[in-house]
Amino acid sequence: MDAGREVVFATRGLTRLYRMGEVSIQALQGVDLELYRGELIVMLGASGSGKSTLLNIMGGLDLASEGTVRYIDRDQRDQDLTHASRRELTRFRRQHVGFVFQFYNLISSLTARENVAIVTDIARDPMTPEAALGLVGLEGRLDHFPSQLSGGEQQRVAIARAIAKRPDVLLCDEPTGALDFRTGIRVLEVLEEINRTIGTTVAIITHNEVIGEMADRVIRLRDGRVDEIRANAERRPAAELRW
Amino acid sequence: MTALHRKLFRDLWRLKGQALAIAVVIASGVMTLILSVTTVEALSRSQQRFYASHHFAELFADVKRAPLGRLERVQAIEGVNLVEPTVRAPVRLTVDGFDDPVRGLLISLPDGRQPMLNRLQLLRGSLPEAGRDDQAVVSDAFADAHGLDPGDRLEAIIDGRLTRLTISGIALSPEHLYQAAPTDLMPDYRRYAILWMNQRALANAYGMEGAFNRIALTLQAGADRDDVIDALDLELARYGGTGAQTRHDQQSHRFIEEELAQQRAQATILPTIFLVVSAFLLNVLMGRIIQTQREQIAVLKAFGYGDGELARHFAQLAGLIVLLGWALGVGLGAWAATGLAGLYAEYFRFPEMTFRVPAWALALSLLVVVLSALAGTWRAVWRAVGRPPAEAMRPPAPQRFRRSWLERSIPAPLLGVEGRIILRHLARHPAKAGLSVAGIALSCGLLMMGAYQLSAVDRMLDLQYRLVLRMDVELTFNEATPLRAVGELHHQPGVLAVEAWRRVPATLIHGHREYRTSLLGMDERPRLRQLLDAGQRPQSLPREGLVMTRHLAEILGARVGDTLEVAIMEGHRQRVALPLAAVVDEPIGVGAYLQRDALNALMREGPAISGAWLLVDPERTHDLNAALRDMPRVAAIGLLADAESGIRDYMDETLMVFALVFVALAASIAFGVVYNNARIAFAERARELATLQVLGYHRAEVARILLGEIALITLLAIPLGWAIGIGFSVLLSQAFSSDLIRIPLVLTPRAFGIAAAGVLAASLVVALLVIRRLGRLDMIRVLKAVE
Repeated sequence: MDAGREVVFATRGLTRLYRMGEVSIQALQGVDLELYRGELIVMLGASGSGKSTLLNIMGGLDLASEGTVRYIDRDQRDQDLTHASRRELTRFRRQHVGFVFQFYNLISSLTARENVAIVTDIARDPMTPEAALGLVGLEGRLDHFPSQLSGGEQQRVAIARAIAKRPDVLLCDEPTGALDFRTGIRVLEVLEEINRTIGTTVAIITHNEVIGEMADRVIRLRDGRVDEIRANAERRPAAELRW
Repeated sequence: MTALHRKLFRDLWRLKGQALAIAVVIASGVMTLILSVTTVEALSRSQQRFYASHHFAELFADVKRAPLGRLERVQAIEGVNLVEPTVRAPVRLTVDGFDDPVRGLLISLPDGRQPMLNRLQLLRGSLPEAGRDDQAVVSDAFADAHGLDPGDRLEAIIDGRLTRLTISGIALSPEHLYQAAPTDLMPDYRRYAILWMNQRALANAYGMEGAFNRIALTLQAGADRDDVIDALDLELARYGGTGAQTRHDQQSHRFIEEELAQQRAQATILPTIFLVVSAFLLNVLMGRIIQTQREQIAVLKAFGYGDGELARHFAQLAGLIVLLGWALGVGLGAWAATGLAGLYAEYFRFPEMTFRVPAWALALSLLVVVLSALAGTWRAVWRAVGRPPAEAMRPPAPQRFRRSWLERSIPAPLLGVEGRIILRHLARHPAKAGLSVAGIALSCGLLMMGAYQLSAVDRMLDLQYRLVLRMDVELTFNEATPLRAVGELHHQPGVLAVEAWRRVPATLIHGHREYRTSLLGMDERPRLRQLLDAGQRPQSLPREGLVMTRHLAEILGARVGDTLEVAIMEGHRQRVALPLAAVVDEPIGVGAYLQRDALNALMREGPAISGAWLLVDPERTHDLNAALRDMPRVAAIGLLADAESGIRDYMDETLMVFALVFVALAASIAFGVVYNNARIAFAERARELATLQVLGYHRAEVARILLGEIALITLLAIPLGWAIGIGFSVLLSQAFSSDLIRIPLVLTPRAFGIAAAGVLAASLVVALLVIRRLGRLDMIRVLKAVE
């Protein structure tokens, strides 16, 4: 399907088994999936459905137990992440992927500007930290420490940090999970704008069904498997979402 | 500066308490090394320089009286370079305004000029003018002690005749850097003087015209020293030579060498122990600090930082802390060394002290601390970067807790929730708890070693001055004197008891080992100078055979029952075979004893004595001193109380200062370790503690968990620390054992107490800091924080 569109990620039979203390958890049980360049994907699913695991493996943060993940960059270079070395994974993360986490994961000893700089320092063709923070509407809070920022502001710093390297892909794990409704909408607007203006592929994980309405496609996971893939005929602007 | 560098400095600032505590641990280890080696180096170099610049002789020989004409024969011995004959005479002095008896040694100088060997360093004034018989140079220590200046006058009794002397100069001599009376262990500058007079004047006064009674010489390069000694002994035997001595047997040199050897031993053993301990602690502490940064490492990895970059970042963090500690240690060590060597300089009277912190010590200490810090850092960083970042960012799986046998053996109501949490936590992380216990135990062991030094020195002196040397006064006669002199002494004012003794220089030989000392002949049951066995019970001298200190027996490799060859170095110079009848345990000196009658029989002499010990009514000391001063044959009057206070002052100012410094350093290490343990425990448990507070626990109840854990670990560490301390003390007492003194292995309750109290005090301070921190714990923030 969608034969005319460029594939960014392709997974085949992706499986992940965890040992959590004394129990083992089958987080993914054979996931076959494709993500296309420039689209905005929302992955839905209940807790434990495997969506975070999938995102982490695609982002090179975690390794699959079985199956393959391929990443195809803008120059059509095809990289097999399942068999990549640590060094290759590090390079992959450094050059291609931006992450946004539910709990922001900012470095508390660094200001907003410096938290972004931590990425721009090592990226190939980054924006300035100020420009990245400007994109998320935080130009006035450059020198604030995380402890001086609200949750929404912290998440926007995290987004600025993720986009500053101009990544091909932005992977967001419950970006609104810790935020109130109004702040959550603001963060989603930022993601939407980045997808639209820079053309970054954006994947958002959430268990909030409403957010699915802003996506090009919605992928629903259940018990470690792809349950449903649905394409929206029309993307609904984030500003119009209500929950 | 990159953002990562900023993070480095901010983290360092955030961790300042812990970083400082670690820096203190490092500084303590480094300081011991720098302090010890710098002191040793300074003393050693000053000694060498002074010896070289003032032509300190290499061989010394005493004779009774040899004509100056024989010098040519000595000069002709193959291998001999320079020869310097002198006249030496014991002297008794009177200093204006000082009542106590003052002893001294008069040494001749070539008329009006410096000798070739053992040249004087004139500090003030000048040498006696040629031809003057009333001028003398005095040793600077003695001059200082009495505030004497050139031009001041002294009364001297030389060979029973009163002579008035004018001080022409104040000087130092390489031969008498260390100025103790022959029978004393410690210098007493007020009561013992070295003086130099013109050769002719002294020879006249002492009946040595045209003769000498001591010769000093240097050797040609490549000369065989033993051959020269043999030839010299042969040459001088007929003049009452007592055998040539090398520098090793020369009193001043010997003492300084002993002292330096002890310093060197200390400079090896103590810093090794301290550095090893602080390296271990550093390794553990750095590891733990990095572990608390686990999540940050994962985030940085998620953004594409490589393992190498992260490792470098944390290595820099560790490096900065280490460098801070190291620099602190070097600075403090060098500063303390200056002070300490100043103290030693006062005893040794080196004309100049030059300080240089040896480069190897700087490099070695830096290497040790950097490597151990990096090892700890690397271990932790590797563990953190080794896992996929997603895993590191995920909350750790609930740890497997179970009831330990310890918990099962205590009835549940007794334990309470807090008790259970504490026990399960320790049981869950036995390795971590073990390291904490080991860390505190090591610092406890260091404290105990320091405390041991403090008690042991005291104990050693008590033993020597309360049990071994029980006389008040030691009289030395000019020469062997008939026993009837004892009767005369009994009648002196205030004398309660008299015991006579005879001392003869001798070399003891057992197999290929030999040792030069003197034989002390005493009563069968000496009461004023006791011989003690290992249980400190007084022993009698056997009718036959020798008794010697255990240390001397060990040097000679002799056991009770072995036969020793004894070469007497006086009179007829017989060689006799004597069995070793018993060994005694004395902390100071290398003595050999036998019954006085037996000694006199060996000498083929009648009942002669070299001196006597007196027990004196303290009320009448003054009268006694006056009376003794009028006895011409008394060459020296030694007051034991003075000697004891001299040695105690010396120990207080040198060894004890050292020991106190080390106790302080050990205490700092203890604090550093306990503090870091507590801070890390706090960081690891903050969430749990906040949860309990949210659930309605009072701060005090929550504090109990944390403090309970600290207390339990501390209590477990103390007995282990004692065991480690005993081990360290054994090492130290062995390192300290020298010919001069043996520090007994006495582990007093005080040492155990100081070690435990130091650790407990550190824990208490830390507990207070933790409670304060707990008060500032923001429950909501902690609970909302990343996990």
